[in-house]
Amino acid sequence: MTPENMKMRAQLKGEMTEVKVLMSHPMETGRKKDDLDRLIPAHFVQLVTATLNGQMVLEAQWGTGISKNPYLTFRLTSAKIGDTITVTWHDNLGETATQSIIVT
Amino acid sequence: MQRRSFIKLISGVFALVFTAPMNAFSALWNKAAFETTKINEAEKNLDINHEKLSHDILITVPDKAENGAIVQIEVKSNIPNTETISLFVENNPTPLIAHFKFSGGAEPFVVTRIKMAETSDIKVVVKAGSQYFTNAEHVIVLENGCG
Repeated sequence: MTPENMKMRAQLKGEMTEVKVLMSHPMETGRKKDDLDRLIPAHFVQLVTATLNGQMVLEAQWGTGISKNPYLTFRLTSAKIGDTITVTWHDNLGETATQSIIVT
Repeated sequence: MQRRSFIKLISGVFALVFTAPMNAFSALWNKAAFETTKINEAEKNLDINHEKLSHDILITVPDKAENGAIVQIEVKSNIPNTETISLFVENNPTPLIAHFKFSGGAEPFVVTRIKMAETSDIKVVVKAGSQYFTNAEHVIVLENGCG
């Protein structure tokens, strides 16, 4: 997986840090068919975790009902400028991606 | 023979090393809750019970979704000590969409985009301590978004 498959932004606004994440993933349900009428196998993100300076802040379990190229916003009251936020996903085929961003 | 047993040993070690983290991860994903076609089963597998209606769960969704493949949803819980937020689309083939667990200064707030197969209620369940709370919003889907 290339590092470009996640776009992240983490901005401190007042006392709240808003983290926006856009992942690149097909999120196939396993129920869709291709042009030749063959089922496209399920391929979807199952677990997303976010850490703040290495400490867990968010753990998400996902099913096939999250849209293609998943979008996620979450908010932290515990982050300061310069802190590191890391987001990691794992999918049902064992693929994974991780990316970090500094709070600005 | 010795070489064979050595290879066997090595492949065993490899299998252990590479499957162990995968098993640990699989244990985190609630397969039974996500794969069931019944919302009651999904809730049961998440230990949700006796959920009470709460208007302290704020759900922001469009009244009508042009395309069910991408429906943006924002959920904010004003219930003290909110630990988890679960999203369900009642009329989807598999109703459980997502289960979020917050810790370490994360607000009980999330924005994401979900698929809706047809017009349906979106049900949100919040866990706070040993109690469960729920709220729902109805979304009309003009074009099916599930494959």
